[in-house]
Amino acid sequence: MSDILILNGRVVDPASGVDEVRDVLLRDGRVAAVELPGALKSVATAETIDAAGMIVAPGLVDVHVHLREPGQTYKETIATGTAAAAAGGFTAVVAMPNTVPVNDSVAGLGWMLDAARGSVVKLFAMPAATVGSMGGELTDFDALCAAGAVGFTDDGKPVLEDHVMRAALVAAARAGVPVSQHAEDTRLTGGCSMNAGPVAFRLGLRGMTIEAEARIVERDIRLLREIERVEGLRPHLHVQHVSTARAMDLIRDAKADGLHVTCEVAPHHFALTEEAIGDYDTRAKMNPPLRAEADRVTMVSALVDGTVDCIATDHAPHAAYEKEQEFERAPNGITGLETALGLALRVLHKGQGMPLARVVQLMSAAPAGIVKLDGRGTLRVGSFADVVVFDAAAEWSFDVAKTRSKSRNSPFDGAAMLGRVMATVCEGRVVHRQ
Amino acid sequence: MARSSKYAAGCLLSVGDLSVAEVSAVLGLTTRLEAMPRAERAEILAGRRIALLFYESSTRTRTSFELAAKSLGATTTLVSDKSSSIEKGESLKDTGLTLKALGAECIILRHPASGAPFLLARETGLPVLNAGDGMHEHPSQALLDLRTILTRLGLDASHIDANSLRGVTVVITGDILHSRVARSNAMLLPRLGARVLLCGPEKLLPEDALGLGRGVEIVRDFDAALSRSQVAMMLRIQKERLAGLELDLGDYIARYQLNGERLAAHAPKALVMHPGPMIRGLEIAGDVADGPNSAIEEQVSHGLAVRSALLVRAMGLGGFESATV
Repeated sequence: MSDILILNGRVVDPASGVDEVRDVLLRDGRVAAVELPGALKSVATAETIDAAGMIVAPGLVDVHVHLREPGQTYKETIATGTAAAAAGGFTAVVAMPNTVPVNDSVAGLGWMLDAARGSVVKLFAMPAATVGSMGGELTDFDALCAAGAVGFTDDGKPVLEDHVMRAALVAAARAGVPVSQHAEDTRLTGGCSMNAGPVAFRLGLRGMTIEAEARIVERDIRLLREIERVEGLRPHLHVQHVSTARAMDLIRDAKADGLHVTCEVAPHHFALTEEAIGDYDTRAKMNPPLRAEADRVTMVSALVDGTVDCIATDHAPHAAYEKEQEFERAPNGITGLETALGLALRVLHKGQGMPLARVVQLMSAAPAGIVKLDGRGTLRVGSFADVVVFDAAAEWSFDVAKTRSKSRNSPFDGAAMLGRVMATVCEGRVVHRQ
Repeated sequence: MARSSKYAAGCLLSVGDLSVAEVSAVLGLTTRLEAMPRAERAEILAGRRIALLFYESSTRTRTSFELAAKSLGATTTLVSDKSSSIEKGESLKDTGLTLKALGAECIILRHPASGAPFLLARETGLPVLNAGDGMHEHPSQALLDLRTILTRLGLDASHIDANSLRGVTVVITGDILHSRVARSNAMLLPRLGARVLLCGPEKLLPEDALGLGRGVEIVRDFDAALSRSQVAMMLRIQKERLAGLELDLGDYIARYQLNGERLAAHAPKALVMHPGPMIRGLEIAGDVADGPNSAIEEQVSHGLAVRSALLVRAMGLGGFESATV
């Protein structure tokens, strides 16, 4: 593997507390040196990246993506989805298990993680918590962890039954990985296609209530408490794509009580509200749905005050014909890998004054820590050579026609972005260059 | 309006598409068409093709649109979900494009999914008339209701402005949650100065309804609402959309049925309206439906007239030649 020297960039590495202009040497897929500018002048390298005026940060990590392979390769493949990830500055992504068939076996997990799939960045996966994600029998957590699972989830749906979720949390605690929960009480959301409230009423659409999200979060936190007390274990609950202030309050309280709860917020939930649905734009349809402004503002403040652990995209590609349907019939989800950084910098850094290092942490070190990706999410010497170089001041607008994803279902087509990815390096390979 | 780039002029997808001036123009055209000799009227859309695309059953709306189109000389074709390739899984987009390829110049759509007319209008580029979409809107019904109210209250039904219904209170009672008629009326009538009271139990009328706009109020007590109103619009409970909701019908009838005693006690002069289909003995007593206050049959007649005007407008005629919607 050839060496890469990244010169004169402002290295922002929250995990090591560095925020200074530094030169970075990548060698043999690892970070070999982070030195004062000029100190590495004499090192001969095959490639140099001039990062003057740019930010040099750990490669971004996304703990929540849908790559649709196997089974739905007309929407996305591992190769196209991870190409979009690389273009967005991500060097590691965690694939959700709702493929066809569901990723619930060692063989399925092995197939997904095989190099033959052509992943452009480092691919990890969370297999299903229950067989077929049917919410009944648990999958083989130990065997799946041995095969590389970084957590378990039935994402797309919740683990609904109390005793099943309890067993999943216990098994995951023993295996040392999180259970990642899609918090939606589906008994309350049948036929719903957007957020409940006056906008849904006006549009004549059935709405998902705040309670539907909060009830599952509340139940899961109760299970954590009970398991800690009764079993003496310390399970890790990761709440996916939090969208309501109510659920955020529950998470904040649970953290204050010392429970091991982490959570993610998706860029669309801090950047958009339900008003984006306009006249039934299916590109603004996802689950959990876009909420009211008060909830959006709470997502932003919870990102700022530290209640939110990480940003995750919930990248969910769908074919054009699937989204060109009646709003109630169109599938949930939007693509997000190429717009996450641009939205985070615009809304949180520029809009809210969030320090750049905090944005970087929310998108690299923090998500890497949640799924325990050792040696990722930092530029410490010896870490994997996962790096993103971006121009934090560049203003641009997203053009979905230029996406690397196979699908174009983004509500951010034409939207203003701040911060442009200039280069993405994954384990020492340049995987994207502007 | 902002929608102009995405939707053909002549579309009527929501009452919000029409400015007050355009509502007035539609009513004026309705009056002119009604006064026109039959033979002259039959020349207006002679040789033009209009498709009726119905994914839900309908008596009044379908028949009145069809008769309106025929009275204007247009050729009509009816496609329903029960007897077409829709049953085989053809999408709304493809169905619309097929009708367009067959020469349809305008599509009248009724569909169980809210917002479906927007999709059809975007994908075909044709003028689309919303003949009822899910729980969303039924704009032509609101226009015919408006004409009925103006006529019965002795107001000018050919020309209106933002104050035409100043001082008029309309109570809409019943299954507001599932009613596209309620939404269209509640969004249209206040723009002409009316006050709209929505009345019904919490289950059928959540507080979220206040988001329909200014001039809309929720009054749970039907008697109190009636006593303030000049117009009482009754709605059917939409059993097909209840989705598991349980109602005590006896209690509902006791609280919300419009019957002779209630009308005499609280609003003896009120105009009684119902968009149909009505369930006599449930939301409305038979004697009230047939009584002197009732305008229910006139609503149907006004429907034919107003829909004629909407078709002429959709085709870019009758004063809407340079319409920018």
